[in-house]
This record gives sequence, C-alpha cells and structure tokens, in this order.
Amino acid sequence: MYTPHTERDIAQMLAAVGVDSLDDLLKVPEAVALREQLDVVPALPEYQIARRFDAFAKKNAGHAYRSFLGAGAYRHYVPPAIPALAMRGEFLTAYTPYQAEVSQGYLQAIYEWQSYICLLTGMEIANASVYDGATALAEAAIMALNANGRKKVLVSRAVHPNYRAVLQTYCDGLEVALDEVPYTANGTTDLEALRAAIAGGEYAAVAVQSPNFFGNVDTLDVATQIAVRESETIPIAVVAEALSLAALATPASWGAQIVAGEAQSFGIPVAYGGPYCGFIAATQEHMRRIPGRLVGKSSDAAGRDAFVLTLQAREQHIRRERATSNICTNQAHCALIATIYLALLGKTGLRDVAALNLERSRELATAVSSVPGITLTFAAPFFNEFVADVHEPAEAVLAKLRDRKILGGVDLGRFYPELSTCILMTATELTTSGDIAALALALGEVVDVHANV
Amino acid sequence: MSTPTFDASTTPLIFELGQEGRANRYVEPGKPLETFLPASDVRTDLPLPDNTELDVVRHFTKLSHRTFGIDLGFYPLGSCTMKYNPRVNDAMAAKPEFAELHPFTPDELSQGALQVMYELERSLSSLFGMAAFSLNPSAGAHAELAALLIAKKYFKDRGEVRDKVIVPDTAHGTNPASAAMCGFKVISLPSDARGRVSVEEIGKVLGPDTAVCMMTNPNTLGLFEDQIAEIAAAVHAAGGLMYYDGANGNAIMGNVRPGDMGFDLMHLNTHKTFTIPHGGGGAGHGPVGVAAHLVDYLPTPVVVATPDPDAPPGAPASDRMKYRLDFDRPKSIGPMRSFWSNFAHAVRALAYIYANGAPGLKRVSQLAVLNANYLRVKVAEFLDTPYPEICRHEFVASAQALKKETGVRALDIAKALLDRGYMAPTVYFPLLVPECLMMEPTETESKETLDAFAEALREIVATAKTHPQELFDAPVTTVVGRVDETRAARQPDLRWRVPV
Repeated sequence: MYTPHTERDIAQMLAAVGVDSLDDLLKVPEAVALREQLDVVPALPEYQIARRFDAFAKKNAGHAYRSFLGAGAYRHYVPPAIPALAMRGEFLTAYTPYQAEVSQGYLQAIYEWQSYICLLTGMEIANASVYDGATALAEAAIMALNANGRKKVLVSRAVHPNYRAVLQTYCDGLEVALDEVPYTANGTTDLEALRAAIAGGEYAAVAVQSPNFFGNVDTLDVATQIAVRESETIPIAVVAEALSLAALATPASWGAQIVAGEAQSFGIPVAYGGPYCGFIAATQEHMRRIPGRLVGKSSDAAGRDAFVLTLQAREQHIRRERATSNICTNQAHCALIATIYLALLGKTGLRDVAALNLERSRELATAVSSVPGITLTFAAPFFNEFVADVHEPAEAVLAKLRDRKILGGVDLGRFYPELSTCILMTATELTTSGDIAALALALGEVVDVHANV
Repeated sequence: MSTPTFDASTTPLIFELGQEGRANRYVEPGKPLETFLPASDVRTDLPLPDNTELDVVRHFTKLSHRTFGIDLGFYPLGSCTMKYNPRVNDAMAAKPEFAELHPFTPDELSQGALQVMYELERSLSSLFGMAAFSLNPSAGAHAELAALLIAKKYFKDRGEVRDKVIVPDTAHGTNPASAAMCGFKVISLPSDARGRVSVEEIGKVLGPDTAVCMMTNPNTLGLFEDQIAEIAAAVHAAGGLMYYDGANGNAIMGNVRPGDMGFDLMHLNTHKTFTIPHGGGGAGHGPVGVAAHLVDYLPTPVVVATPDPDAPPGAPASDRMKYRLDFDRPKSIGPMRSFWSNFAHAVRALAYIYANGAPGLKRVSQLAVLNANYLRVKVAEFLDTPYPEICRHEFVASAQALKKETGVRALDIAKALLDRGYMAPTVYFPLLVPECLMMEPTETESKETLDAFAEALREIVATAKTHPQELFDAPVTTVVGRVDETRAARQPDLRWRVPV
C-alpha cells in the first residue's frame, strides 16, 4: 500500500479531524453505497509480484523471434546512458512544470527538444510533444481546420493506416469529411490526383507521409507545391520513422507547413505500442494554433536566463471550450528520452545510424528478392522498409515463418485488400546478416515458386 | 568540501556544447547517404552538436538537479495525486519481454502482454462498477474525448439530436475543451453555496437536447456530491448520459463506484491513482470505461478472452484463457492512437494493483482522505477554508482575506513554499474560489510530513503579516527567481537557432 500510517497515527489524526473511524470519514448516501464484492487481482508481496510478471513475460514468445516488423514502431539501439539519465527520480516523479523556479532543468530539456525537432524538420516552431504520431496528425489537421475555416481534410492512402483511422475518429467528432488520395504503381502518392482534388479549394489540409507506409520517399514535387499554395491548402508532412529526418531532405524543403511525427525511434522502446512520443512542428504563422505545451526562454528579475511554459492562452486550463485542443498531458518523459538520444548520437551518430538502416534494408531487399517467387512491389527509393510480394496469401507465408521463429513483417492485406500477397519488411541497424540469411532461407522453403506467374 | 561541486546558476544549452566529430561510437561509421538514395532526396545539412557521452551525462544530471520531483519532497499539487511511485512498477515495465515486444507481434506470441491488459481491464471494471474499459486512450483528456465520441455515436445511432453538454463550474478545463472537440455546446453549471451541484440547478438546464452531464465526484473542491443519485436520475430521465471524470479516483476506491452512482461513462487517470510516474507531464494513461449499453462503442482494439481448453486445471482463471486483440467492432468509435495502448503503463498500473488487492486499495483511499482532512484542519487554523466540512482526498483554502489584509496572494504563498523545500499546491483552481490553494497530500505521506508542511505554511502566513515583502520576493533559494512570463509570451523564444 506504500502508506506510512501506524495505528497510533490514524487514531491521532482521526481525533484531530473529529471523526470516530475511517468508515465514518468516507460515509456516502445509502443509495450509492458499495454492495458488491470487488473482483480485483489479489494482493501479493513484492517478490511474488516479480514472479507473476515473470510468468506473463514468458508468454511473450514473440519478443525473441528474428523480427522484420516495423510499420510505425522501430527497434533501434538504445545506449544504456539513456535509461540511466531518464530514470533519475527528479525527472521521473516531477509533474508538468507549472512552478518554473523549481523546474528549470525539465523546462530546459523540453526547450532543447523543441529545438531539436525544429532543426530536424526544418520548421520554425515545435511543441513540447503530443501523445503519438497518429494523434499528432489529427491535431495537425485541427490546426489547419482552425487556420482556414474549411470543413474537409485530404489524406494520402500511403499514410500509415492506423494514423488514417485515428484521423477518421477525430474527423467524425468534428463533423469534418475525410477523403483519400490513391497511391501509384510506384508506391508513392498520386500527385496528379492530389492536385485535381485540391484545385477547388475545399480542403483545409492535405497530409502525405515520407517515408510513407510502404517505406518509400514520398514528397510533394514542385508542381504540387505550387498547387497547394494556389488553392491555399495546408500541406501536412507525416513522419512515422523520425530517424529518416537525419538522412532525407527536410519536410520544410518540400513545402510542408505542418509536420506531424512520431519520435519513438529516438531511444524509446517499442513496448507493445506505447508510450511513444508524437511531435508537431510548423511554420511561424501557426504558432498560436499549435496544441499542447510550449516552453519559452525568458529571464528572471535578476536578468538570469529562465525557461517557462508560455502562450498558455491557447490551452484548455485557461480557455476551456475555446481552447485550440483539449490536450493537457504531453509526453514529457518520452520527449526527454528522445532529447537525450539526440544529444548522445549527435550529427555524426545519427547519420551513421541512418546510413546503416539504408544499408541493411537494401541487403534485406536484395536477399528477399533473390528468393524465387518473390518480387519487390515498388521501385521508388525507400528508407528502412519496403514491400515484398510473395504472390500467394501473405498471411499464410508469415504463419510458416513463425513456425521457424521469424516475424517476417506486416501482412499488408490487413490494410490494403489489393496487397494481400504483400509483406512490409523492415531492417534497422539491429538487423544482422544472420537474420537476413535466415529469413531468405526460410522464404525459399515456404514460398511456392509456381504461384509466381 | 562543503561547497557545491557545480555552479547551479549556469547550464548552457546542449547546442552550446561539443565539437563536430566528438562523436560516440554506438554504431560503426556509415557509408555516404548518396550511396543509397538519389542526391535530390538527401539532406545536405544536419546542424546538430556532437558531444561525448560524459558531457551529455553531466548535462542531463545537472538538469535533473534543477528539477523538483516527488522523490525530493512533499508535492501537494491538488487534482494531480502526486503519490510515491514504487520502483517495482518500472522494473516490471522494463522487462525485455515487454519493452522489446513489437505491437504487430501476432496475438499467439504476445499472450503475456494481452493477459496484463486483460487483468488490468477486469480489475478496473470491478473497482469502478463499469461493464468494460478500453485501455486505448493515451491520457485523461484523451479518454474524455473518447467518452464524448462514444456518446455522440450512441445518440446518432438512436436517431436523437442532442448537442448540449453540462459541465459544472468546478470541472477540470479539459471537460469543456473535450466537449467542444466533439461539436457539443457547453452549458456551464454554477455550484451551490455548499460547493456542489444541486438537483434544482441541474433541473433548469436539462432538456431533450441534453447529451451528457460531465461530473467528477468528489468534485475539485474535494467535496462528495451527495445528491449524485438524484442528479443521475434526473439526467437519465431527460435522456442524457452521465460522465464521470476519474481524475479524483484516489478518493473512492473500495468505497463507492461511479457505476453505482449512476454514471454511464468514465475515464481514469491511471498515472494519478495507480502510481505511474508523471514524468514531468506525461506520458499518461487514460482507460475509458462504459456501462453495458455502451460497450460496443469503445475505442479499438479491446482485449477479448476465451477459455483455453489446453490450460492446466486449478490455475487462476486468467491463466486458463486465450487472449486476442479485437479490432472488428462495427459500432466502435474507432482507434484513438497509433497503437493499442500505453502498454508499459498498463504493466505499472497492474503491478500496483497486485501490491494492494481490493482491501489495500480501499485502505489507500481511506488514508488519502484522512491525510487531506488532517491537513485541512491544521490549515484552517491560519487560512480560510471556504468549505469547512469533511472533505475527500483534497481540499481548498483561500488567501482572499490574507490578501486584503497584507497584499500577499496565493501565488506568493506558493513561491514561498518553494523556498521552504515544498512543491506548491495547485493555485487559482477551481476558478470559483478566489485566491485558491488546492491541496492534495495523498496517502503516501506521513503525519510528520503533514505537520512540518502545515508549520511552514503557518510561518508563511505569519510572515505575510510582518514582512510581506519577503514573500513578494520569493523564491530566493531556487536557481532562478520568478520568471518574466509576459516577456515569454510577448517575445516568444521557443527554440535555439544556429548562430549566423
């Protein structure tokens, strides 16, 4: 229970309050009183809690398989210095830094995080983080809807399907129409269709992802950049693999006004889905529409540099129903982890990790596409994942790989009926040559060559 | 050596440290990026600093020294439930079988993770009297949004046009903000002289357009809404739904349940009640719970259990089940986030429930309420407490009279507490109490801590009457004094820039 009270403490405190018993202290009207026996897991001493969770852990056999899973959650090397620093109790057990004078350390870390995100994306401003990549996209769409007052949003079908699903959930609440742009045979957004869709000036925003869900570099070309300007559509760039920002031309360079992303790759474990770390970066004009916390640099009366939460007039605790968002909690601790990761890796380390991701994923693509019966679906340049077509139901092939203790990738039929024979495969710096050889060998055994026509 | 070994007044930005090429060798050098990508797709410049690991370790260790957490001292921040965060929770979450488990791992290979989610969901449902929870939302406000989306879809399916959401004036700011994000119109409801919502007052605003009444009980004044059964009956009679803001869940466990109070929807801030570290403002964890008639609308995915015929007999019931993530729920509002749940936090919350069991959780709430009342009685000796009656897990005091007498405001008291080694209470919330100080001591603090804190407050109030300037100047022992917030907002400096 982690409570310090002795029976004597309780007696003295009850006497001070003037109540006879703890039951009297918590008396409620008869009509709402608890009548049922509670069905809650039993109390255990700490060593048995550890034993119970060991038993749960043993039932997660998948964590030890050779894995080629990515699709928005990436396994990267995490230097031990990160948990050593981030798990310091001062960081771990602080609340939102409302009292700036005793929160300068955390506030500075978040200011550094905002700076890193600006430098990586090429944007002018960034917030203190949001829940994750999908909610970053939804909040970015709300920024755009508030900016130009339109009631429709356009999204590329090559944006992560989970992100699109979350965007749909939010759009349903806002009573905003969400339409999709198809992708081409090259595995990138159909920019011609995109230009045609936005020409009427109905859409508040258009969202594209690069690298997109298929792993391909997917940016706006010059003609499309002109088209979004002319139709006053706000381009949102989605970044699900933040490591790519170390290698690829910045979203700012291809015209994004808002960047909605996921920073899980920066030192945050995949942890079966969370917590992760969303971010929103934008051009200066969107400063007062950006959701969530913002840390600013100011000074105290003695002229010392000092950090503080700022522009709070946007936020729910001041503005209530007129706030730009209902967000209260951000992902401060995840943003701290990402900031430490970026500080440790630096320019040189980040470039090296990005280059290794590019190299290993190409080794993987070469090995997989050398297996008779397997082809690569798209020809576009990719970052660390790509689509392989096994020309038979992907789920059946993946099940056979699982028998060989391999998680071969994500069955794309789950999200794209037209790609039900395709697998999204990922390689990071943690993927070994042995992993790649084992996958290629297994695929050679399980893929039916004759199915490939 | 008795002097500090570092200068607390200066901590350069990470960008002002380091030299290019001073890199750590976490991975081997990579080939030029143009080896793999067309030159037009490659970024030419990456203006980030290279620092040695030692410099980075020192930098963030210094930043930690400039940050106050529960581990350093008493943190009576009202409405935030800043209780001790047991380390066993973090150790469980850090197990590689959890931390390295990919969210797309097939169900049959992640049964342990699914069982954690299932046991947590079942325990929460029983503890709060709901039919089911979804662990999908990321935090309290996110779960509020999910709940209102559920209400919206429920009425749409029933062909009812209801667009009003009733929110008491003591409610958390997220309540009206979440309602607005679902296109609802917000009706603000004044509290009565007893600091509560009255059946009469709510009767004036209820109607055929009422969608949801959002309440927290105990409310943000720390008072139990004793007419809750009548209020719920009135809202239901009007065809509306009752929503429970679970931010104050630490006051009610094992004592009274939202389901029994008549609530149809609720959220929990498991990062408050169930000891997940707040981490400087997140990540949170916000399960959303519903009564039976709304289960189909929960956000996806939901963990579903079926009996496992191969399981050994005699094991606990949850060990004899097979689990899967259910995405195929046609009435669902859809997913709220990228992946299934803030899973690492589900591990922490379940570990905490295992440490307590139902009787322990009941005791937790009882002692949280005892601590709040004990501190309330002490504080009432020298500050006004506008609602002088038995409170729940928190209470409000007001510095209004002190301000009239001495000019010292709630803010000055807050800053003076920082000088005395305490985190300040929540100030200026709820809005209806002028110069409000909202205190939530939590159950993990000892009587000695509460006594010492009350004495510090008493001394501050005495100082206000003799040397108010000392309080206007506070804090003086911290690494910086009061920060110029006006300048921060008028000349926003939100990032470091590469020097030109």
